[in-house]
Amino acid sequence: MTGPLPAEVVVSAGARGPTRGLLRFLTCGSVDDGKSTLIGRLLYDSKLIHDDQLDALRRDSRRHGTTGDDMDLALLVDGLEAEREQGITIDVAYRFFSTPRRSFIVADTPGHEQYTRNMATGASNSEAAVILIDARKGVLTQTRRHSYICALLGIRHVALAVNKIDLADFSAERFHHIVGDYFGFAATLGFASVTPIPISARFGDNVAAPSARMSWYDGPTLLEYLETLDADHGLAGRPFRFPVQWVNRPDLDFRGYSGTVASGSIALGDRVAVAASGRESALARIVTADGDLRAASAGDAVTLVLADDLDIARGDVIARADARPEVVDQFAAHVLWMAEDPMLPGRSYLIRIGTKYVPARVTSLKHKVDVSTLEHIAAKTLALNEIGLCNLATATPVALDPYAENRATGAFILIDRFNNATAGAGMITFGLRRATNVHRQSLTIDRESRMRRNGHRPAILWFTGLSGSGKSTIANLVEKALHAQGAHTYLLDGDNVRQGLNRDLGFTDADRVENIRRVGEVARLFVDAGLIVLCSFISPFRAERRMVRELVGPGEFVEIFVDTPLEECIRRDPKGLYARARAGKITHFTGIDSPYEPPEDPELVIAARETTPEDGAQQVIAVLKAKQIIA
Amino acid sequence: MLSPHLKRLEAESIEIMREVAAEFAKPVILYSIGKDSGAMLHVAVKAFHPSRLPFPLLHIDTGWKFREMIRHRDMIAARYGVELLVYTNAEGRARGINPITSGSQLHTQVMKTEALKQALDLWGFDAAFGGARRDEEKSRAKERIFSFRSKGHVWDPRNQRPELWRLYNTRINKGETIRVFPLSNWTELDVWQYTRAEAIPVVPLYFAAPRPVVRRDGLLIVRDDERLPLEPGEREEVRMVRFRSLGCYPLTAAVESTATSLDEIIEEMLTTRTSERSGRVIDADEAASMERKKREGYF
Repeated sequence: MTGPLPAEVVVSAGARGPTRGLLRFLTCGSVDDGKSTLIGRLLYDSKLIHDDQLDALRRDSRRHGTTGDDMDLALLVDGLEAEREQGITIDVAYRFFSTPRRSFIVADTPGHEQYTRNMATGASNSEAAVILIDARKGVLTQTRRHSYICALLGIRHVALAVNKIDLADFSAERFHHIVGDYFGFAATLGFASVTPIPISARFGDNVAAPSARMSWYDGPTLLEYLETLDADHGLAGRPFRFPVQWVNRPDLDFRGYSGTVASGSIALGDRVAVAASGRESALARIVTADGDLRAASAGDAVTLVLADDLDIARGDVIARADARPEVVDQFAAHVLWMAEDPMLPGRSYLIRIGTKYVPARVTSLKHKVDVSTLEHIAAKTLALNEIGLCNLATATPVALDPYAENRATGAFILIDRFNNATAGAGMITFGLRRATNVHRQSLTIDRESRMRRNGHRPAILWFTGLSGSGKSTIANLVEKALHAQGAHTYLLDGDNVRQGLNRDLGFTDADRVENIRRVGEVARLFVDAGLIVLCSFISPFRAERRMVRELVGPGEFVEIFVDTPLEECIRRDPKGLYARARAGKITHFTGIDSPYEPPEDPELVIAARETTPEDGAQQVIAVLKAKQIIA
Repeated sequence: MLSPHLKRLEAESIEIMREVAAEFAKPVILYSIGKDSGAMLHVAVKAFHPSRLPFPLLHIDTGWKFREMIRHRDMIAARYGVELLVYTNAEGRARGINPITSGSQLHTQVMKTEALKQALDLWGFDAAFGGARRDEEKSRAKERIFSFRSKGHVWDPRNQRPELWRLYNTRINKGETIRVFPLSNWTELDVWQYTRAEAIPVVPLYFAAPRPVVRRDGLLIVRDDERLPLEPGEREEVRMVRFRSLGCYPLTAAVESTATSLDEIIEEMLTTRTSERSGRVIDADEAASMERKKREGYF
C-alpha cells in the first residue's frame, strides 16, 4: 500500500467545503474486476471509514472476506445479506465521499450480465464512468457491453481503470496493450474523453496517491482525475424546458406552475409557450420560498407565474417561445427492457416522459442491438436486458427533444399497466410525426347522426374465455336477439378474422397481441359506423383487452367473461384441440402451455358451467339495457 | 445563503416532494423529531410556497422519547403551522412493551414498526416521507428514492423498481404504498450545514451539556427519567455529552463532547472517528439488522 492522503489535509480542507461541484459517477466492470474493492479503497483513503465501521469490517473480513488476513475493502460496500452470501453485488448502491476539492456520489453497479438494467440506472444519473478492466484479462465482452451502455445513456467521460496491475507485474506493456485494444473498440462510441489509468485497488496504487511502483506512468491518479474532471452536461446552455410538476394554487389570486428547470434558463419578461397547445404568454414572476428571482436556470426548483391565464396542467412543458420542443405522437427511440415479461410490440404500456404519463405502444421493433458486437439483429420482442431501436406511438402528443440534445427531455420510462413495474427505459433518437400535421378528416356525418338513425348506441361486446368455454355460442345467441330488435350488429371471431385480415399471424405471445390489436382497430371502426360489434376471442392477456377498451369511448366497451373452468373445457373439447395440445401437437395453447389472465373487473361474468347459453345471452341483453346501449 | 452544493440538494428534494403531492392521494411526512426530519420538513414547507404544506406530519410515539424531543416536536408543529398526528401502539403499551425489560428488538418491532404500519393503515396514507439517507447504513445505500411496499407494507429488496434519471415511477395499485426518501443523496454533514444555513431549530440534546449518564455495555445512556433502573454496580454520573442521533432514550447512546453550537458540531464531525449510528443499540442487535427491520416494515 502506498499510503492514503495525510489525514490533516483532509480535515482542515474539509472544513472549507468542496471547491468544485458535486460529481456523480458510476463504476462498472465484470464480476471480480474489483469494483467494490475500488470504492472501499476510495472511502478508506479519503478517511470516511469510522472506527466502529472498521471494527465491523475486521469482523466481516474474517467471516466473509477473500483477502486472507488483510481487510477486505469490498465488504465496506457490499450491502444486503443475500449478496454477501453469494459474494456478488446485485443492485445499485450509492456511496458518498468527499475530498478537499469535491464531493462525490458513486453509483456502484453490478457486473453480472443479467443485471444490465442496474448499470443503466446508475449511468442515467451519472456524469462520468469508471470502467474497470482486470489487467490479467484485458478487454472482455462485458467491457464492451458496459461501454456501449454508458455511451447509450449519454456518459461522455470515461476513466479506464486497468486494475490489479500488481498481478501483472506493474507492466507498462500490458497496460498499453489493453489501452490499445480498448481505444480500437471505443472509437465508435463517441465519448468526449477516455482517460486510462493503471491502478491497484487492493493496495491503493494510483487510486488516491501516485504509485511508487509504476514510474513509467506520469498521468493523474484516479482521484485526481475525478477531482478535476469538467463533466458538465451542458444542460444550462440548451433551450429552456420546464416540465410542469404541480399547479400551485393557494387561493384565487395566485396561480403558479411549480417544477424544476430541466434545461436552459429564463428571465422575467421572456416570451414563453406551452409546447402542446402552442399558447404563448410572458414570464411575470419566478417565485421561491426565499423570495422572487429575476432568472432561473437548469436545476432550479421554482414556481413560474405567467402574465396570462393559460390552461396549463401537470405534464405540460413550458418552453421559450422562440425555441420550442417537438410535439409528436410518434417517435423513434432506443429501448432498454428491464422486465421479466418481454416487450411486445402492439401492447399498451404507460410512458412517463417529463412529468407526463400517457398510454403508448411500441409500433415496431426495427432491430435489436447485440451489445457485445453492436450488430443489429432482427427480432419480434425484447427480453429482459435487451436493447432495441423501436418506433413508439403515444395516445396523445408529447413534447420531447432527442436524447443526444437534451438528456432531460429526451428520456422516458415504460410502465407495465398491470403491476406498475418499470418495464423499460428509452432514449429518443428523433420524432417521427408532428402531431400538428395529423388533422383528422372532419366528417360531416358524425356518430350522433348515425346513432339517431340506428336507434341504439354503438358498443363493443367483448367475449373472453378459454377455448371451448362457450363464448361463440353465447355471442351468436346475443347477435340473434339484437338483430330481432332491429339493432345493427356484426360478429368478429377467430374464424372470420384469422382467415383473412390476420392470416399472417401465428400464436406466439407477440402475434396474439398483434391479432387483438387489429381486431380492436376494426371493432373501433365499426363502432364509429354505429354498430354493436360482438367480438369473441380467447384474448388471454389483460393488457390487450384494456388496450381495446381504451380505443373507444367510456361505456362503449362491455367485457363479458365466459367463465368456464379449464377442466370443463377440456371435457367438452368441441374441436379436439385440447387433446392435440396435450399431446404436444399444438403449442402456445391457452390453458395448456400458455397463460390465461382472467378479467379483474369485467362488466359481466357468466358462470357458464351452471348457466345455459340462452340464459347467458339473456344476461348480456340485460346488461346492455342497464347501460342504455339498447332500449 | 446556501452553497451551490446545498442549493442543488435542496432543489432535488423539492422536486421529489412535489412529485408526491401531484401523484398521490394521501401523503404524510413521517416526523421523527431528529435533525433529518427537521431538515426534511423545512424543505417540504419551502417546496410548496406560497401554498401551505399539503400533507400532515405523523409522529410514532413509543412513549420512550426524551422529554425534550416531545417539547421540540410540539414547538415545531406550531412554528411551521402544520398538522401533527401522533400515534402510539395502544395494544403494545397495554401489554407493557418497553425497551428495558422487553429488549430493544421486541420494543422496536412492536412500538415502532407495528405502530407505523397501524398508523398508515388507520389514516389510509398511500405515500410516506422518511428522512433516511443513503450514507447512513449499508442496506440504505441501495434504497430507492421511491421505495415500493407491497400490500402489508412489505419491502422486498429484490423487487424494487429501477430509478432512471429523475423519472420516478409513482404508480401503485390499491393497498400498495410508497415510502419516499427525499434526503437520500444528502450526507450527515450536508444536513448539519443546511440546518446552520437555514437556521432550522434542533432538539437541544444535539448540543453538549452536563447530563446524568450511566455507562452500560460501553455506551453512555442518559437517564431521562426514573423508568430506567440502575443495575447492580452501576452509578449515575454527570458528564458533558451530546447526541448524534436521537431515538428512544434507553436505546440511544450519547457521546462525550464539548460542542455547544452548530459550528462546533460541524467542526467535531469533521474530526470524529465514529459513525453516526454507532450509538444506536438497535443496529448492533444482529448482523444486517437494519435490512431485517426494513423487510418487516421499519423505515
